[in-house]
Amino acid sequence: MLRLNGISTGYGPVQVLYELDLEAKPGEVLCLLGRNGAGKTTTMKAIMGLLPLSTGRIHLDGADITDLPGHEVPQLGIGYVPQGRRLFTELTVAENIEIGLMTRRKGRETREKVLDMFPRLRERLSQRAETLSGGEQQMLATARALCLEPSVLLLDEPTEGLQPSMIQLIRETVETMRSQGVAIILVEQRIEAVLSIADRVAFLENGRGREVVDVTTLKAQPELLQKYVGV
Amino acid sequence: MDFGPHLMLATLEGAVGAAVLALTALGLSLVFGVMRVVNVAHGEFYMLGAVVAWFVSTAIGTHPALGFVGALIVAPLVAAGIAIAADRLVLKRVDYDPEATIVATIGILYIMQQAALMGFGPEARPVTEPFNSRIMLPLLDWSKGLPSFYYPTGWGAPSITSYKLFVIAAATAILISFWLILSRTKVGLIMRATQLDKETAQAFGIPVNRVYSLVFGLGAGLAALAAVLIVPIQQAHYLMGGDPLLLSFIVVIIGGLGSIRGTVVAALLIGLSDGIISVFFSPTLAKILATLLVAMVLVFRPQGLYGKKPA
Repeated sequence: MLRLNGISTGYGPVQVLYELDLEAKPGEVLCLLGRNGAGKTTTMKAIMGLLPLSTGRIHLDGADITDLPGHEVPQLGIGYVPQGRRLFTELTVAENIEIGLMTRRKGRETREKVLDMFPRLRERLSQRAETLSGGEQQMLATARALCLEPSVLLLDEPTEGLQPSMIQLIRETVETMRSQGVAIILVEQRIEAVLSIADRVAFLENGRGREVVDVTTLKAQPELLQKYVGV
Repeated sequence: MDFGPHLMLATLEGAVGAAVLALTALGLSLVFGVMRVVNVAHGEFYMLGAVVAWFVSTAIGTHPALGFVGALIVAPLVAAGIAIAADRLVLKRVDYDPEATIVATIGILYIMQQAALMGFGPEARPVTEPFNSRIMLPLLDWSKGLPSFYYPTGWGAPSITSYKLFVIAAATAILISFWLILSRTKVGLIMRATQLDKETAQAFGIPVNRVYSLVFGLGAGLAALAAVLIVPIQQAHYLMGGDPLLLSFIVVIIGGLGSIRGTVVAALLIGLSDGIISVFFSPTLAKILATLLVAMVLVFRPQGLYGKKPA
């Protein structure tokens, strides 16, 4: 279980998050919803230890991970699929996967398992990542994160700009990970996708945490969407 | 002596310069590529290599070869150690800010130069070659209609020392092993990943600060290694870092910052043309042409020969 307690952070002098509380439970998909600039991506980066916190603590399974150096956070099993994929573009598919495996010193077994989930990548192992199609790049970004065998998975707009078949594949992957007991935090813009996959939804507004509701509650109260997302 | 032998000698001398320049420039290019730090003190790590080589060979002093091997090991390690300390104590503190690191490395340049002046003195000091024999060079003869080789004798017969050939071979071997490390090993993979995207690298467990220290040390070590190779030919002096710094910048700008292939190609181009033009015209003209080439590259192909266009 990943728990954020009143975290505030930002970029240099610009504060983005104000005392945000959040909780991601194993085997559950938590969706972050909010307008552009509400602080969704910043929340992800703060969890990964990429931004210094001015207040608040982050706990993973009871252990305080707030003050860990950034590179030790993923070693605890937090996998990250960043917005815009952020692949190592000039490295090959195999090398990108290798970086993922090295994070927690996972070996051949993990590699095979991940490649079985994305057979297309197996055909393109020696290709440079930048030569892949958008969908394949997203597969690779997801595969790289799964190479950690994560207990917490952060996905930042994984379906942005993808064709429906790819969206379906990403969705199935998320469902598989949930069934294996991974705690998943998902940033997603498409409301129908949120409603169909999320267990709980946390609304963000101007860097502050608002309601956190079960998806059934949200379906009964669509006015929340109007209030925080404007649809 | 006619034109052919002159050209061959100039090319060989140029190749020695090119080999050493490729090593030095590679260090500068690596540091900029991975860390985005313009290391103005790079030439001082080169100077440090030569100075340490003098100290080591003087201290060991039994046989020149022993001192040379000692210097080959000790000088890069000393330079890397000082570079890593500079990275931790200075560059990391200014958060690798591009402008601040330029000013900081200028400061490091003067500290190292003055320290060398105090500890080593203002004289140029020679280091004896580990081995040195004169090798006569054959010339191609077309006078009978078919190509054949002959060895001219007497005054002005073209020759080169075995040590100079060794410098070319050693630099080539170092370049190849460096390339293998970068492209085939895990350490190389980590350095390349950090170069491409440091934030994502960190999000996958790569200790970016440690990689930076390693890269800065490696860059300084390459410069020191180049200096150890050249010091039996050129002598050690506390101001010797200026020229290699200028030429390294010329090479990495022409080759494309951060590109190994570009650095090696440009070092060959600049080193060879420097050698050849210096022999036939003057060293000053060689520098003028190299600088002109930089200007042309900056105007018409700012990313360099093999650099990537910024997206």
